[in-house]
Order: sequence, then structure tokens, then C-alpha cells
Amino acid sequence: MQNNDFVRRMQSPGGDRKKSGSTHIDFPLLILLLALCTLGLMVLYSAGDQNLAYVKRQATFMVLGFIIMFVVAQFEVRYWEKWAFVFYGLGLLSLIAVLFFGVGAKGAQRWLDVGFSRLQPAEFMKVAVPLMLASYLSKRFIPPTLKHISWAMVMIMIPAVLIMRQPDLGTALLIFVSGFLTLFLAGLGVRYLIGTFLTGIAAVPVMWNFVLLDYQKQRILTLLSPEKDKLGSGWNIVQSKTAIGSGGINGKGWTEGTQSQLNFLPESHTDFIIAVLAEEFGLIGVLTLLALYTLVIARCLFISLKAQSQFGRLLAGSLGLIFFIYVFVNMGMVSGILPVVGAPLPMISYGGTAILTLFIGFGLLMAISTEPNRMRTNL
Amino acid sequence: MIHKEAFSDPARERRIFARRLIFSMFIMLVMGLTLISRYVDLQVNQFQDFATDSDNNRVHVRPAAPTRGVIYDRNGEILADNRPTSNLSIIRERADDLDQLINKVGSLITLTDNDITRFYSRLKRRKPFEPTPLKLNLTEKEQAILAVNQHILDGTKISARLTRFYPKRDLFTHVVGYVGRINDRESKIINPINYSGTDSIGKIGIEKFYEESLLGEVGSDNVETNARGRVMRVIDHVSPVAGNDLTLHLDSRLQQVAYEAFSGERGSLVAIEIETGGVLAMVSAPSYDANPFVSGISQKDYDALLNSADKPMFNRSIRGQYPPGSTIKPLFGLIGLQSQSITTETKIEDPGYFLMEGIERPWRDHNSERGGHGKGVDLAKAIIESCDVFFYKMGVKIGIDTLATSSQAFGLGKKTNIDLPGERSGIMPSRLWKKNARGASWFDGDTINVSIGQGFMLTTPLQLAVMTASIASRGDLIQPQIVKSINGVENPTIKVTESSEISDKYWNYIHESMRDVVHSNRGTARGINKGLTYNIAGKTGTAQVISINASDEYDRSKISERQWDHALFVAFAPAEDPKIAVALIVENGEHGSSAAAPIARTVIDTYIKSAMSKNDAQNLTATNASYLNSLQGYDAYAEQ
Repeated sequence: MQNNDFVRRMQSPGGDRKKSGSTHIDFPLLILLLALCTLGLMVLYSAGDQNLAYVKRQATFMVLGFIIMFVVAQFEVRYWEKWAFVFYGLGLLSLIAVLFFGVGAKGAQRWLDVGFSRLQPAEFMKVAVPLMLASYLSKRFIPPTLKHISWAMVMIMIPAVLIMRQPDLGTALLIFVSGFLTLFLAGLGVRYLIGTFLTGIAAVPVMWNFVLLDYQKQRILTLLSPEKDKLGSGWNIVQSKTAIGSGGINGKGWTEGTQSQLNFLPESHTDFIIAVLAEEFGLIGVLTLLALYTLVIARCLFISLKAQSQFGRLLAGSLGLIFFIYVFVNMGMVSGILPVVGAPLPMISYGGTAILTLFIGFGLLMAISTEPNRMRTNL
Repeated sequence: MIHKEAFSDPARERRIFARRLIFSMFIMLVMGLTLISRYVDLQVNQFQDFATDSDNNRVHVRPAAPTRGVIYDRNGEILADNRPTSNLSIIRERADDLDQLINKVGSLITLTDNDITRFYSRLKRRKPFEPTPLKLNLTEKEQAILAVNQHILDGTKISARLTRFYPKRDLFTHVVGYVGRINDRESKIINPINYSGTDSIGKIGIEKFYEESLLGEVGSDNVETNARGRVMRVIDHVSPVAGNDLTLHLDSRLQQVAYEAFSGERGSLVAIEIETGGVLAMVSAPSYDANPFVSGISQKDYDALLNSADKPMFNRSIRGQYPPGSTIKPLFGLIGLQSQSITTETKIEDPGYFLMEGIERPWRDHNSERGGHGKGVDLAKAIIESCDVFFYKMGVKIGIDTLATSSQAFGLGKKTNIDLPGERSGIMPSRLWKKNARGASWFDGDTINVSIGQGFMLTTPLQLAVMTASIASRGDLIQPQIVKSINGVENPTIKVTESSEISDKYWNYIHESMRDVVHSNRGTARGINKGLTYNIAGKTGTAQVISINASDEYDRSKISERQWDHALFVAFAPAEDPKIAVALIVENGEHGSSAAAPIARTVIDTYIKSAMSKNDAQNLTATNASYLNSLQGYDAYAEQ
């Protein structure tokens, strides 16, 4: 308590920061992100029929993302902790707005048209939910009691249900998982873990009969036997597996992938972009990307272990784990071990809101990472 | 805050978190390794398979088109089948410069503008690596030229495929119809899987009505191809199931005779086998060749057909609605007898016109040149000589309500439900109909017009044929059918109503009157009885095209040819044991007796002769012993 007061008092003169030259940037993370973005733009150029329009738009979002990341990183972690509920609330409002004013494609309402661009509020919730939960749980008992767990579940389920209504089951599940991971890191009791696991299994028939829409069921059935309907719903997965497999170890070369260049591969610049990378850069490309991802995740987890506060720990840990989940779900679905859900490949898939959300997350991670610097300079 | 502080234990928090994180890292490791092993499996272990798949991807599942069912006439003559043709196609993905390639092809063989526009419109809707046809039906010479120049024509492909062919050209177009390329509207309603190997669909006629049955089921080929698109190996194959073959009731020879009998006139003829309702001939003249529609008719040719004053694309048999004129008289006479509005003894005096109480203008008798049919006109005479005044009087007495309801039992004013698309229902007017259609109440004057098959009344030639068959069979109403059997399974005869309760006495009276139309000295169709070896029962008719004041004379010289009266004739034969019923109309043919009746005679002669030659003789003679003898002289007649 006293310590906090001391820090607050000492930090108020703005000149301190400049003196130390600290800009609150985590350089290892920055370099990794630059590498990922470069790789992403290269693949996107090839995947988007060598059309620079996609690349320019994506690059614009990336630049915007870096700026937002720097800004986010400059704020003290405790501000984020304090104001988390504001972001969460804004996220919820925009999700409700989507239900009423949303524009959509393919029968789902997912976007908000904000004039210069379309935003996908569900993407923002991928950061807002862990932020909210970390903020809430870090102030409560460790491990959390049933009452706190219940409140936490409410905070998870409200956005999850709203997103499910769009309908976007994939993102809803990812939101649920991201919240759940925060709970898990906060020390959710083992019996609750088992309980959740059993509930999940029990929910399967309920979901199948009452919640899942026909096209969603079809995707799961397609996963089980994609060969059954090669010209129909199995087409995506057959084509993406062919693209990945035919890349071999060395790949066919940049912009030389026949699957993607000849439009066999659907959604090649968005959700299925890993197939383009795998086809053109081969297993080496895939492993390089995975290595970059591993380093990013490792850095996130390292930051979380070094974090000064419980909030920082929980948030950094959750963001690191959920980043891994995104990678796993996307690469798993494109390679045919998970059903096809709408999940972009982080930093690589085309999509502005996803990029911005990721950078907000990394901004938070940088803020947490440079917290000790902040203290040091202040002391 | 105190609350929190009291229980906060940073060391414990850190410990729990670290434990959870390490557990998570372990799980991530397992998941990450799963992912890596999946990619290694795809990219290393299965690399060869996928590389082949990808290289030859262009066609790894190819739909195998089913063979469309063949359409035969009742004697097994082919009306529609599938002929192998060679087409030149271009695979867009394999052609470097499309325009240049088309120019090269154009310098070797003739490409019309139509070929090129059609190619580009099809190009937009193809799947990747799907060959898009450029030139259809290559001649052998063209094939040879293209084969020699193959090396400079990368991206082209000559493929053999089955194309629908109609060997009878224009003879059956209105009935059998044709197939054509699936259009946007159709592509929305068809099952895309089932049509994946097919680009054509039945557009009109039997081809459309029996589309599902004719189509068959699509199969698939899982094939490996080399880089140039040549199929190297069929990995697996699901055979398509051919469509059902259809056998029609139609008789090619009869159809041919009937069509030719129109000799350039516009009109329609429908001949029905009375026992089954099977349509033996259905002519709508003029007709047009169905074959150009299969590969895509040029806009110019299409416009010519569409804008022709003769309306060749209009199926008069089922869509042409004409006033039946006097051909309706036997039916209305029957209704008069049955409703006891008249008896067989009823006689009237015909001064050549009819005056309705309260109406100044008289109704003229159209079929009397010399001031009426005189005294003592009974129903038989009114039918034989076609006396209008008798029917005016009788019509008023029967009333429109009875006329309308009773006529419906003979199929008038409603669709016959024949197995063809687009049939019209005609009009059997009634009080209710006039109220709904015209918003006016019914007048006796309307009844008078209807009583000679004019006014609001409209029928299709098919309806007249069905009505005639129903009169011939003494009240059975049988649904007309084109298709006799599907893959050898007979289509059952559909009886709409059983014989009505009209007494045989009346039937005999009407049948005899109709026979006398042809066979008596005063019959309006006596001109066709020369040399007849069997008896025909018939009725002539004339339908006004434009309305002429009832008191004015019809003067052909004053009006243009397109406004001349339509000539109609209905008939059944043999009169004593009816087998065939015929109805026909010759547009602007003026007189049923001279323009229409001879065509019916020709068709019925042909039918009776062919029925004889097929050992149906016993069948016929069983009921008419003298009939066979009289037939001996038939050939002599035919040669005259």
C-alpha cells in the first residue's frame, strides 16, 4: 500500500521518463513482431493474386497497430487494471450494436461500418475479456472462490452468447477459452476444472441439437470425412491439405504455388493463408513461422513470470496462451485436424480488426514487461 | 482494500501462477508437437501423393454425365437420341493469351461471331480447369486441321461428347420439345450435383415435362491427369445411371402425314386413340427445327423465328385458344336432349335469322346462303347441315348454367392435364366467369353466341380432340397422354370421369347425325366421303376471327387474309366402333368442310390402314364384319 503511494507520487513529474531514455518498449517482442509482419505481408502478396491493394491495406493496419501498441505500452499497468471494465463495457456495447446495425456477409452479421473501415467488435473482445477477467480476479482471493468464479463466468458468457448470435460460433468459443484460461491461471480449483470438462462433454449433444446451425454441423461432419463431398463442402479442406502437402519440405517458391495461384484454394488470403505459406515455403516455412510464434509466446510467458503485479501476471499469461490457441486452431483447421471455424492466423491473415486487436494485446504486454523499468527509473 | 490486503499473499499467488503456467506449457508442447507432426505428415510422408494431386489437381474429381433417355414413337422410331459430336474447347488456365489463341483457331477453321460470344459467356461461369466449348460439332475436316496444328494451339482440347439430336427435325418440335443450355434462372432451381456433368436441360415439350426421368443420375470419375490435362489413370469410377427411355403414343407416320397435309397452312391437329387417351399425332403448323436450339441458336435465327408472322414457336395444339364454332353442336345437341330442352322430335322453322325478344338486331344463320334451312329442321338436320337458328333457340332454352356445367364433363373450360408443360385451359363461359373476368352480368345474347361455339367460348385443339373422343366413347373422359411407357413400364390410362348417364338412344342419335355430316347428301363434310371404305363421324366448324355485325354478310374480299374465318373439323372413326378421334383447325382456312375436313380424312385413312396392317384387323372386324371386306378396296382408293 505504502509502496504504491510512493510510486504514484514519484512518478507524477513527467520528466523522469525522458531522463532515463525509456520508452517502454520490449525490444525482443518488437523485433519478433516486425519479423512476423514482414513474413505476413510477403505471404499475403502471393495469396492475394499478387495484388498490392491487399498488402497496402494490411500494411496500413500494421503501421496503425504499431502506433497503438506504443501508445498502449506507455500507460502504467495499474491504469489498465483500473479501466479494464471501461474497455470491456465498450466492447459489449459494440457487440450489441452489431446485432442491430451490423453489416454482414454469408448470412452472418459481424461488422460495424464506421465510415473509413469495417470493424469486427468480436475481435476486440479477444483482448477485452482477458483484460477484464485479469483485472477482476487479481483483486480477489487466490484461488478464486465459487462466487468469484460465477461472476467471472458471467463476464465470459455475455460476450460469448452475443457473438454466438451473430452467428460466429468459432469466435465465441475462442472468447470462452480466453476467459477460461485467465481463470485457470488465476488458480481455478481442480474440481472446477474437472467440472468444466464434464459439462463440456455433456453439452455436446445439447449443442448439436439445439445450438449448432446446419452449416456448422456440416463443417464438423466434413472434418470427419472430407472425401465424402469433394466438390461441395469438403472442397476447402481437400484443397488446403493438397496445398500444404504438395509444398513438401522446400516449397514451390514464392508466388509459385499452383493451388493458391490458380484459385483452387478458397479464402487463401484470410483464414486459409497458412496453406499458401506451406505450399510456397514448404515445411521449412511452416517451422520458421512456428519458431517465430514460439518465441513470441515464450516472450509473453517470460513477461508474465517477471510481472510485478498479479494483474500483469494474469493478463500477460492469458494473452500468451490465447495467442497459442489462435495459432493452433487456425493451423489445425487448415490442415484438417479441427473443424473449419472462422479463425484467422495471427499477424498473417488479412483482416484489420484482428491485427489491431493483436497489437493492443502486445501493447499491454509491453506495458507489463517494462513495468520494472518504470519502477527503477522512478526510484 | 483492507479486506484484500488481509488475504493477499503475493508469494502464494506467484507460486500458483507459475505452477499453472508450467502445466500450460506442457499442454502447449503436446499440442504444438501434434501440429508439427501433422504438417510433417502432410508435407513429408504424404508429399508425393499431394504433389501429384496438386500437379494434376485440375481434374481430380470429374463428373460423368449420364446418358439422357432416348425418346421413341409408338413404333420404336427414334424421335430424340444422343449423337457423339466433337467439340473444340479451351482450358483458360492452359492458354497463355486467350485472344491470340482464338485468332489462331479462327484462321484455321471458321468461327462465327455467335461461337465467340457464346464462348465468352460460358467462360464466365466455368470452374477452374474446366474446358469451355468454343466450336461445337466439328466436321471431320476441321478435326483433321486442328489435329495437325495441335502444337501451336496449347490450351485447346478436342473432346467427344454426346449431343441431343432430333432426327425428325421440325416434325415433333412442339411435342417432344428440345434441350438447351441451362440458363441462370434454371441453375438456381436445379440440384447442382445432379447436373454437374450436364450443361443442358429440357426447355419445352416432353423434354421439359419428363426432365427428371430423362436426365438419369450423375456418376463421377476420380482421375489423375498429366500436366497437359491428359487423363493418365482413372482411380475410381462411379458409373452414371442413364436416364429413362420414353416411348410415346405418337405415331411418326401419322404425324408426318398430318403435318404435310397442312401444306403450308397455319393450324393444328390433334389425334387421340380413344381407348387409352394416347395422343397419336399432335401437329402445330408451321413448326421449326429443334436441333439448332441444342447447341445454342444464333440470335439472328432466333429473332427470325420469334418475329415471324406465322408464329412457328407457338404451340397451337395446347396453347392456341380458338372459338370452337359449329364443332360444338353435337355436344350441345346432346346436352339439349339430356336436359329435355328438346326431343328428337323437336322441329323448328329457320327463316335464316333469329330474333330475340327485346333485341332489334337479328342473329344470322351463317351456314345458309338462301334464306334459311326452311321448315322442319330437327336436331339431326341442324347438325348435318349446321343450322345455327336451331341452336340459337335451343341454347336459350337450355340456359347457360346447364350448358356450362354439362360441357365441363367433356373437358371444356379446364386443362386436360396432358403431360406437356404450358397447356391453356380455354374458356367455358358462365355467369360466374363473366362476372369475374368482365365484371358484367350475363345476357341471353351471350348464350346465343355461345350456343354456336362463338362469343366468349374458347377451346384448344387438344380440348376439342378430347371432347370428340369423349363423345365417341359415349361419355368416358380420358386424360390425354403423350408418353405411353417409361423404360417399358406402361403409363396407366387415366379415366377422369366414367360414362355419363346419357341414354344410348341419345348417343346413337348424335353418332348417326355426325356420321351423316360426312355420309349424307346434305352433310357439310360430304366432300370427303368419296371412296371411304369405313364410316367417319364428324362435324365441321367455322370460327370468326373478327366480329362482324350479326346482320352483315361475311365478305372475304373486304378483309385481309389474317382475318378470314378459321376452319375447324372434329371427327372420330370408325363411326360404329370408334378408335381414333381427331380435331383440327386451319387458321384463316374459312370453311371447315373444304379446308379442314380433307386433312382429317387423310390422317384417319392413314391410321385405319396402319391399324389394319398390324393385325388389329380382327379386333376391328369383330364388331364390324362388313368392314374388312370394304377395306379390300381401300388401296385402290389410295392410288387414285
